[in-house]
Amino acid sequence: MSHDSAHDDAHGHGEHDHPPFLAHHFDDPEQQYDAGKFGMWMFLVTEVLFFSGMFCAYALYRSLHPEVWTFASQFLNENLGAFNTVVLLFSSLTMAWGVRCAQLNQRNGLVLCLTLTLACASIFLGVKAVEYTHKWDIGLLPAGSYVPQFIMANQHHEGISPWLIKLSIVPALCVVGFAGWYGWAVAQKRKQAAEIAGPLLITALAYFLGVGVGILFQNAEQAAHAKEKHGTEHVSHEATEEGSEHAEHAEQDSGSPGETGHGETSGELAEGETVGHGEVETVQLVSSPPLKPGATPLTKIDQPGGAGLFFSIYYCMTGVHALHILGGMVVLTWLLVRAVKGHFNEQYFGPVDYVGLYWHLVDLIWIYLFPLLYLIT
Amino acid sequence: MSAVATSPSYSQPDSDNFLVNSRGFLSWALTLDHKRIGLMYLVGVMSAFGLAGILALVLRAELMTPTKMFLSNQQYNQVFTLHGAIMVFLFIIPSVPAALGNFLVPIMLGAKDVAFPRLNLCSFYLWVVGAIFFLTAMLATGLDTGWTFYTPYSTTTQGPVVAATLGVFVLGFSSIFTGLNFIVTINTMRPPGMSWFKMPLFLWATYATSIIQVLATPVLGITVLLLAAERVLHIGIFDPAYNGDPVTYQHFFWFYSHPAVYIMILPGMGIISELMSVHSHKSIFGYRFIAYSSIAIALFGFLVWGHHMFTAGMANVTTIIFSALTFSVSIPSAIKVFNWLATMYQGTVKLNTVMLYALSFIFLFTIGGLTGLWLGALSTDRMLHDTYFVVAHFHYVMVGGTLVGFLGGIFHWWPKMTGKMFNETWGKISCLIVFVGFNLTFLPQFVMGSRGMPRRYARYVEDFQELHQMSSVGAFVLGIGLFIALGVLLHSLFRGRKAPPNPWGGATLEWQCASPPPYYNFKTPPRVNEPYDYTPLHFRGDDKGWEYVHPTESDAPRVDEVESKPATN
Ligand SMILES: [Cu+2]
Repeated sequence: MSHDSAHDDAHGHGEHDHPPFLAHHFDDPEQQYDAGKFGMWMFLVTEVLFFSGMFCAYALYRSLHPEVWTFASQFLNENLGAFNTVVLLFSSLTMAWGVRCAQLNQRNGLVLCLTLTLACASIFLGVKAVEYTHKWDIGLLPAGSYVPQFIMANQHHEGISPWLIKLSIVPALCVVGFAGWYGWAVAQKRKQAAEIAGPLLITALAYFLGVGVGILFQNAEQAAHAKEKHGTEHVSHEATEEGSEHAEHAEQDSGSPGETGHGETSGELAEGETVGHGEVETVQLVSSPPLKPGATPLTKIDQPGGAGLFFSIYYCMTGVHALHILGGMVVLTWLLVRAVKGHFNEQYFGPVDYVGLYWHLVDLIWIYLFPLLYLIT
Repeated sequence: MSAVATSPSYSQPDSDNFLVNSRGFLSWALTLDHKRIGLMYLVGVMSAFGLAGILALVLRAELMTPTKMFLSNQQYNQVFTLHGAIMVFLFIIPSVPAALGNFLVPIMLGAKDVAFPRLNLCSFYLWVVGAIFFLTAMLATGLDTGWTFYTPYSTTTQGPVVAATLGVFVLGFSSIFTGLNFIVTINTMRPPGMSWFKMPLFLWATYATSIIQVLATPVLGITVLLLAAERVLHIGIFDPAYNGDPVTYQHFFWFYSHPAVYIMILPGMGIISELMSVHSHKSIFGYRFIAYSSIAIALFGFLVWGHHMFTAGMANVTTIIFSALTFSVSIPSAIKVFNWLATMYQGTVKLNTVMLYALSFIFLFTIGGLTGLWLGALSTDRMLHDTYFVVAHFHYVMVGGTLVGFLGGIFHWWPKMTGKMFNETWGKISCLIVFVGFNLTFLPQFVMGSRGMPRRYARYVEDFQELHQMSSVGAFVLGIGLFIALGVLLHSLFRGRKAPPNPWGGATLEWQCASPPPYYNFKTPPRVNEPYDYTPLHFRGDDKGWEYVHPTESDAPRVDEVESKPATN
C-alpha cells in the first residue's frame, strides 16, 4: 500500500492492471503476502529476544535464590492468573477464527471475532489492574520500594483501592466517549460508525468486567483467610502493632534474626511459609516452632534484596507483557476499522493474519509467565 | 528492449531522476522512496559524524599537554562519552546499512523499493527522534558514563542516564526495523534468475548484518530499559545493595555490543568486496567463501561477548572458552582479506580514489584485526585491558575499517547517487592525507597502551607527552583529510562532470539503471547476469562509460520473459 500519489507521474501509471490492495513495488499479491508474513515472523523473533533478556534475569536470580522465589510467589493469586490464562487462550481462539473469517470473506464474522478478541484483552487488563493495585497497597513493590511483609501483615484494605480507581479513569472515559459516539452514530443512522463504536464500547466495558471478576476472586480469597485465622485473631493484632513499631528497625538492621522482635516475627513467618498458599494476610502470626537448621531465615528473604527482587522481575515481565497487550489492542482496533470498511477478502487478508501471529505470541509469552511466576511451590 | 546494448539512460529525460522528479520539502520528508531515505540518512549520519569528530579533536587538543589546558576532568569525561556514544549509536551503526544499504539493496536486486517502504521511513524518523533525545539529554547536563553505561556508576551518577538510554532504545528500534526490512527484501524480492549465489556480495554482507540487527538489538533494548527502571524504580537487578549483580549488566550489554561490532564492520567488508572486484576489473576470488564467511562472522559473533569482561571476575574456564571462541572469529575475517588480495592478482587494477580507499581499508583493517588477537589472548589482555592499546585497536577497526570503507563506498556510488563525477586528483589526495593522518593518530596509541597509558584519563605522566602529541597532530591531519574528501564531493555537485550510467564498469544491477536512477529504478526490468563477470562490458569513452553488450541475445533470458508477464512498455 505504499502508494505515493506525488509520484504518480514518475513511474508511468499506464497500466492499472493490479488489484487496489497490491502495493506498486510488489510483482503480485503472493509476493506481497509472503513479504508481510515473513516480516512478521522476523518481528516475532525480535520480540522473543526482547523478552529473553528478562527470562535470563529470572533464571539467574531464581537459581541463585530459590527460597526467595518460593516465598514470594505465594503472594500472587494463582486463581486470578489461571482465569487470565483462560481469557487469553480464548482470545487466541477468537483471533484464529477471525483470520479464517477474513479468508472466507465473512465480514460480519470477522468483526465479531475482532470484538471478542479486543474484549478478552480488556478483561485481562482489568484483572491485572486489580492484581497490581492490591500489591501496591500492601507494599509488594520492586526492590527499592518493597515493604517487608511482617510489617504489612494483617493490614487489611477495606473497600476499593485508590490506585485501582486512578487506573480506571482512562477506561471510564473510554466508556463514556464510546457510548456517546455509539449513540450519535445510531441516532444519525451511520451504520459504519456504529459498527466501530459498538465493539469499542464493549471493549471498554469489558475492562470493568475484568475488574469485577478480579475483585470477586480477591474477596473470596480474603474471606477464606479470614475464616482460617478466626481463632488466632487477637494474637495477630498484637503482632501487627509490634511489627509496625519495629518497622524502622527492619530497614536498618535487616538480616539479624537473633534480635528481639525480629526473631519472633521471623519464626512466625516461617510458619506462614509452611502453610504454603497463603496470601499475605494469611501469614500466620502465631508462635511457631523454630527454623530448621541451615535454612535461610525469613528475615533475609522477606526483604528488598529478596522478595523485592522477585517483585522487580515480576513487574518488569508482566508489565512489558501488559504493554504488548495494549499495543495489540491498538492494532486490533485498526483491523476492526478496516474490517468494518470491508477491506479484507479471500484475496487480501494479510494484515489480519500478521496481527493474529503477533497476538498468539503475546498469549504464548503469558503461558510461560503464568507457571514461572504464579505456580512455584 | 530491442537494442543489444542495455543502457537505458540516454533516452531518459533529466527530470525523471529521483532527485528532482518531485519537489518541495514534503516530497522529501514524507517520501517512501528508498533512495531519498538513503540520502537523508547519509546527510544525518554525516552530520553526526562531523559533530562527534569535532569532539574527538577537542579531546586530542586537551591531551597535547599532561596537565589541564581547557577541560576539567569532569568535562573531559563528558566529552569522551559524547564522542563515543554519538559515533557508535548515531554514526557507525547506521552508516553503511542505513545510508548506502537503503540506496543500494533494492537497486542491486532490480526491485522498485524495499519490502516495507513505510517502515523504512519510520526507521529514519526513529533515528531522528533517537538522535534528538540523545543529544539534548547529553548536552543538557552532560553524561559522563562512557558509551557503555556500566553499572553501578550509571545508576548512581547525577547525569541524564534515563534520557540517554531511552534514546538508545529508540535508535535500537530504528536499527531493528532497517535490518528486518532488508532481510525480507532480500528473501522475497530477488528477481527471477538471481539465486542466492548470484547476489552481489554487498547483499550477502547486508543480509548477515541484518541478522545481527534483528537478533542482537532487542537484547540491548531490554537492557537499557532495565537500566532505566533501575534508576527510576530501583528494581535492584544490577544493584548489589539489593542482591543484584552489576556484572549481569555487562553480560547483557556485551551480548549486544559485541555483535554490534559486526553490524559496524560487515557492511564495510561488503563494500570492499564490490570495490576490489570492479576496480581490478576481475571476477571476485572465492565468491562462496566470502559469502559464507559473512554469515559465519554474524553467527560466531554471538558467542564471544565475554572477551570484553576478562578482567571483570568471570570463572577461569569461562574466560578460556570465550578466548578460544574469539580466536575462531578471526578465521572468516582472514578468509575475506586473502580473497580480496587474490582478486587483485593479475587483475587490471586502477589506482583511482575508490581503489585507494579500498586498499587503505585492507591495510588498516588487517592491523586492527591482528592487534585484536593480543586482546583476545588472556595473558596479554590482563596487561592491555583498559589501556590505549584497546583504543587504538578498535579505532583501527571502526575508523580504519568502517569509516574508510564507507568513504570508499560513497566515492564508488557517488556518481550513481548524484549523477556527477568527482575530481579524481583531489579524491586521491584526500585518501592519502586520511591514511597518513589516521596512522599518525593511532599507531602511537598502540605504543602508549603497551607501556601502560590507561584509557579515559584526562591527565597523564610526562613520559607519554611525545606520543600523545604525535597522536594529536595526527588527529588534526586526519580531520583535514576528511574535510578535503567532503570538499571533493560537494564540489562535484556543482562542477562535476555528468556521470554515465556505468562509469567504473561494474556488472551488478545498479549499473544498469540511469545515474541518478529514476523513481522506480528501472524503466525496463534489468537483465540478471553474473555479478562479477566483466567480459560483456565494453568501454565507450569517459562520457558514455561502460556498456553491457550481450554476445547473443538469447543466452540469458530477460526478466520479463521468465516472468511471462507483458512488458511494461
Ligand atoms: Cu567484542
